[in-house]
Amino acid sequence: MDQFTINLLFVGASFALYIGIAIWARAGSTSEFYAAGRGVHPVTNGMATAADWMSAASFISMAGLIAFTGYDNSTFLMGWTGGYVLLALLLAPYLRKFGKFTVSEFIGDRFYSQTARIVAVICLIVASVTYVIGQMTGVGVAFGRFLEVSNTSGLLIGACVVFAYAVFGGMKGVTYTQVAQYCVLITAYTIPAIFISLQLTGTPIPALGLFGDTAGGEPLLSKLDAIVTELGFNEYTAHHSNTLNMVLFTLSLMIGTAGLPHVIMRFFTVPKVSDARWSAGWTLVFIALLYLTAPAVGAMARLNITDMMWPNGGIEGGAVSVEDIDTDPRYDWMQTWQKTGLLDWEDKNGDGKIQYYNDANADMQAIAEEKGWVGNELTKFNRDILVLANPEIANLPGWVIGLVAAGGLAAALSTAAGLLLAISSAVSHDLVKGAINPQISEKGELLAARIAMAVAIVVATYLGLNPPGFAAQTVALAFGLAAASIFPALMMGIFSTRINNTGAVAGMLAGLTVTLVYIFLHKGWLFIPDTNSFTDADPLLGPIKSTSFGAIGAMINFGVAYVVAGMTKETPPEIVELVESVRIPRGAGAAQNK
Amino acid sequence: MADRRSFAKRHPAFGAFERRPNALEELGKGPLNDEAKEEPAMADQSTNSAQAAEADKGYWQANLRLIYISLVIWALVSFGFGILLRPLLSGIAVGGTDLGFWFAQQGSILVFLVLIFNYAWRMNKLDAEYGVDEE
Repeated sequence: MDQFTINLLFVGASFALYIGIAIWARAGSTSEFYAAGRGVHPVTNGMATAADWMSAASFISMAGLIAFTGYDNSTFLMGWTGGYVLLALLLAPYLRKFGKFTVSEFIGDRFYSQTARIVAVICLIVASVTYVIGQMTGVGVAFGRFLEVSNTSGLLIGACVVFAYAVFGGMKGVTYTQVAQYCVLITAYTIPAIFISLQLTGTPIPALGLFGDTAGGEPLLSKLDAIVTELGFNEYTAHHSNTLNMVLFTLSLMIGTAGLPHVIMRFFTVPKVSDARWSAGWTLVFIALLYLTAPAVGAMARLNITDMMWPNGGIEGGAVSVEDIDTDPRYDWMQTWQKTGLLDWEDKNGDGKIQYYNDANADMQAIAEEKGWVGNELTKFNRDILVLANPEIANLPGWVIGLVAAGGLAAALSTAAGLLLAISSAVSHDLVKGAINPQISEKGELLAARIAMAVAIVVATYLGLNPPGFAAQTVALAFGLAAASIFPALMMGIFSTRINNTGAVAGMLAGLTVTLVYIFLHKGWLFIPDTNSFTDADPLLGPIKSTSFGAIGAMINFGVAYVVAGMTKETPPEIVELVESVRIPRGAGAAQNK
Repeated sequence: MADRRSFAKRHPAFGAFERRPNALEELGKGPLNDEAKEEPAMADQSTNSAQAAEADKGYWQANLRLIYISLVIWALVSFGFGILLRPLLSGIAVGGTDLGFWFAQQGSILVFLVLIFNYAWRMNKLDAEYGVDEE
């Protein structure tokens, strides 16, 4: 059986499983469609939230970004887990106590203002659509590879599948499907990592293997440092990026995590306030299983790739020959990935070998000239392919490769579905039912939800064709937007009785607008390529890249809200009472709207 | 509660943990739980609700204190050990690199887990202590 058939088999089987579960647990009423009837156990909820949360960015993209940058991209690891601390301590239990369906309902009620609710909906939609763009990038890579078609065709096919999938059922279908997806994706992520860790360090636990010794007795990380610096790349474990930007980026991812609607919505579905606290912990347990493995996957893959390009022990032994790439089965992965257009090489100096080195490094250039190299010949290596290509690079059996394809799709699909749900509920429940037509029938509301989904996916697919960055980078932008708009409003709504309607609205608008403008200035207006005035290599404000700006946007949001609230009328006593009741679990009530 | 307080007196090492309720009493709250439970008939409706409001305030203060402490640790392991203080920790070798690298890639995540579970556990206990739990 060839690899293509194996991939189809694994992907097909996993899909049959999800669809089977979705049919079995089909959403009946509107409340089930949104919030799964609130009967979900904290561990189950944690697992589903983890699947919902770990998207193409975590599964497909993150390890690749770490692999090619090293320590500096630890920001993703700390940022995307540290946010759960904020979520568990500052938001989850109180929002559960408040006990409504959506985030914007809380903002609308707490700030006793329809305007606040609508502004929150707009913030949610902007952040979620940006997030879906990142997912579509990942979906394109995964479908492109396993169907062996170009990235663009992969993206279009993926978009259809995501849509069909999200329309199938609401949250209830999705909750149990997502438990299945979590199992598939975590198995798919860890099994190849275990194999590779055994090959390189003899340890079956990749997280320990990362800090373990290689067969020669040399620590893995020192070996990697030596190999990459020889080729003129930055030392893997050292700090090279700007420290301020690194701190702001991490903070931005953390705050954004606690401000994303599809994650927060999950905490509305646990039975009790105390369960909301546990649930955040369980979610992080399930996320940590992947996040502790990811840096090992990155480092080990970097080592393996470098070894493949220089198979005879570094520069002295000579580079891999074009003939080997074409004929040696160990290099088959390069052939298959070349088809997607995401990997490419070129024998620029015609010596029959492919030299992979950092041609931007001056010292390296001197060595290259001496040896007659005219530039890096591994001309393209898209970071997003690393995790999917990893088992092939390490020469693992075919079924592992099929499993990883299924896992990558599970990650991208589960998050895309969760986000589409958040978008559709924001439009149908908050915008249509809450503001435009309160008399709408349950059927009409469901229809509006599905139309919103369709529009969101078309926009995301169109922009996903020319993404503003690798999957994880695009997703980081979405986090920046959520950080600058939603999180501050939620936090102030719970922890300060002084913030009134005008303050909150002004804060959200200021945070969202400033951040959005800053992102568009660097990534192009509405993410349309070549309409940007600055690049992240040379940002507008000193070292602060557009991906890190969310933290600044959040501070602007807090600041503006405090100043404006200080100048306007105080919060009415009944709202102060509401805030005080949200702070106390007593009287949370079981499952409202059940 | 009385048992635990005397336990703290006998074991000074546990004093730090037990100081929380004592500090609250100093704020003028009084040993509300015991009193409220022992003499519900004596107190009229208004003192009852005033006491409940005081209790809620105490509960919220205790919650905030726990949040502050947790967030200080949260920032210390990630922004501190993982990024800003990494140069200070560079002397401590961990598997081919230094402690700061470990905190940035693994250590901080493990500490986050401990923080969340600790918070959930302490808060659920606090809920019962102040009588504000859902049951």
